[in-house]
Amino acid sequence: MAKRLEVMSGNEAVARAAIAAGCRFYAGYPITPSSEIAEKMAELLPKVDGKFIQMEDEIASMAAATGASLAGLKSMTATSGPGFSLKQENLGFASMVEAPVVIVDVMRGGPSTGLPTFPAQGDVMQAIWGTHGDHAVVVLTPGTLEEVYLETVRAFNIAEKLRTPVVLLLDEIIGHMTGDVMIPDDSELEIIDRPKPTVPPEEYLPYDDSYGDVPPMGSYFEYPFHTTGLHHDKTGFPTTNPVKCGALIERMLRKVFGNREWLEKNVEHYTEDAEILVFAFGSTGLAAEVAVKWAREQGIKAGLLRPLTLWPFPEKRVYDLAEKAKAVVVAEMNLGMMIREVERAVRGVTPVYGVLKANGQPIEPPEILAKIKEVA
Amino acid sequence: MAFNYKPYIREDKFPNIWCPGCGIGILMKAIIRAVHKMGWKREDVALVSGIGCTSRMPGYVNFNTLHTTHGRALAFATGIKHARPDKHVIVVSGDGDALAIGGNHFIHACRRNIDITLIVLNNMIYGMTGGQVSPTTPAGYRASTMPYGNVEPNFDTVNLAIGAGATYVARSTVNNPALMERQIKEGLQNKGFSVIEVVSNCHIQFGRRNKMGDQLVLRHWIKEREVPLRKAKDMSPEELEGKFVIGTFVKKTRPEYTEEYAKMVERVKGASK
Repeated sequence: MAKRLEVMSGNEAVARAAIAAGCRFYAGYPITPSSEIAEKMAELLPKVDGKFIQMEDEIASMAAATGASLAGLKSMTATSGPGFSLKQENLGFASMVEAPVVIVDVMRGGPSTGLPTFPAQGDVMQAIWGTHGDHAVVVLTPGTLEEVYLETVRAFNIAEKLRTPVVLLLDEIIGHMTGDVMIPDDSELEIIDRPKPTVPPEEYLPYDDSYGDVPPMGSYFEYPFHTTGLHHDKTGFPTTNPVKCGALIERMLRKVFGNREWLEKNVEHYTEDAEILVFAFGSTGLAAEVAVKWAREQGIKAGLLRPLTLWPFPEKRVYDLAEKAKAVVVAEMNLGMMIREVERAVRGVTPVYGVLKANGQPIEPPEILAKIKEVA
Repeated sequence: MAFNYKPYIREDKFPNIWCPGCGIGILMKAIIRAVHKMGWKREDVALVSGIGCTSRMPGYVNFNTLHTTHGRALAFATGIKHARPDKHVIVVSGDGDALAIGGNHFIHACRRNIDITLIVLNNMIYGMTGGQVSPTTPAGYRASTMPYGNVEPNFDTVNLAIGAGATYVARSTVNNPALMERQIKEGLQNKGFSVIEVVSNCHIQFGRRNKMGDQLVLRHWIKEREVPLRKAKDMSPEELEGKFVIGTFVKKTRPEYTEEYAKMVERVKGASK
């Protein structure tokens, strides 16, 4: 196992992992607390013949990253809440034209400019539902620095394999958390590239669903094609035919939800006999790990489900664990977003309690422990 | 012999969506002829657009074609050109698309001097959405959102492009297809960011609201306001008010973005050896 120990921040880990995953294009715009990702990409990309560009705004960054993806490069952009709001327009476009792009959102307090230098988890609904219309994105929520590295690589792999935007959702704590990271050697990483066409360019259809839910993706100039944000058929040209329009949107959703099992990834602690199930992600998930351990030390059978894939939501796993528990505790740095998703998954078999906070301060282990003890 | 457009168009996508007599078709043909004269292969050309009537053009031509979101064509095109600097990228845009919602991308593409050719078809109105006022609707003229006459001053596309740093800037009108083609070709030849404005007729949305519902009447109205650049040089600003000055305003050399980036990459890689 060729691994090396290095000290870095979460934001740096994103940039380093992106390069390892084959990212060769980054377009961004400065915003706290994500700017270190752009700075690191500006430093690293030229060394690997990659392209960096600081665009004139967040909208343009998302557009340029999508354009580069259509031209064949693995691409990324990073931002925080206010910028993420602006990116939603072209995130929807990337989704519609099925261009792989990784969008990093390092969450800070909101709404609006909010609390630029303080953590929050208030963008979870925006990450999942931010752009208009029926669409499906994948949202990854790493917690530890090692997870940040590996989940960044996984974000690229998912984006490429499913031809879809993937949101890597961090928060300010994770972005700025600095510590030892075990970096795997590049040779140990599984790297997935987009499915390539096998037909000659003149026969290529960009959305040929006869290959399955993920059509092969040719790059501009090698496989000239037309595409549009309008509803389109397998040729990429606009259509208003209700059968084709319906089939397009259903296929795009199936790409993500039909791959639930492949996408699902959770970290669990003491869940095998958990009577109190804690659900938390990101930095709150790390605090919950401590709280659950303390509860166990005090004789309370608490367990933790910490999703690394927040969307599609791990609803079956949540239900199965909740059914065996007597209470579910959801901790998140917002006033109740994923708790609704947990309640939906639990379907009333077990009461669900929240540890919710949106004041710029992290949720700390004693707060979660107090709730565990209260409901135990 | 008449020019053969067939290799460049997607015949099965016709008839097009444009109203009879629309000037956009004249522009499309001029672009095709200019690309043909450059001797470029179709597969080496990307035509990118935003939203609007002009932005429907990529659907009809046989290049790599991308129909994006409103105003954002230049940003997508920048990503494509930066990713593949060896290929040719053209953007077509309407006045609302390029100068209102896309205004920020417009000035920054000019500043960056990235090797993209932008052609702005200025028909002085939002055509597709039904005749709303645009940044180039002349003062006093009517639009659906200026039913009593436009009270806003308008942008001068050429001056905006010059001020922001474009290295080729020209203007023609729908009445001069040969000049239009020549300017587009010069724009394509320019190693840098080129802006070519084409003043065109939207007799349906702009014309009908302003007693010029016949395309020939509106094109004549444009013709009457055309002033060649050499003649304009001897005219006062007052005399040029409301006129369309035709010609090539800027043709200069300035470091191009993708070339400068490539030099930087070479420098960085040389230093790390």
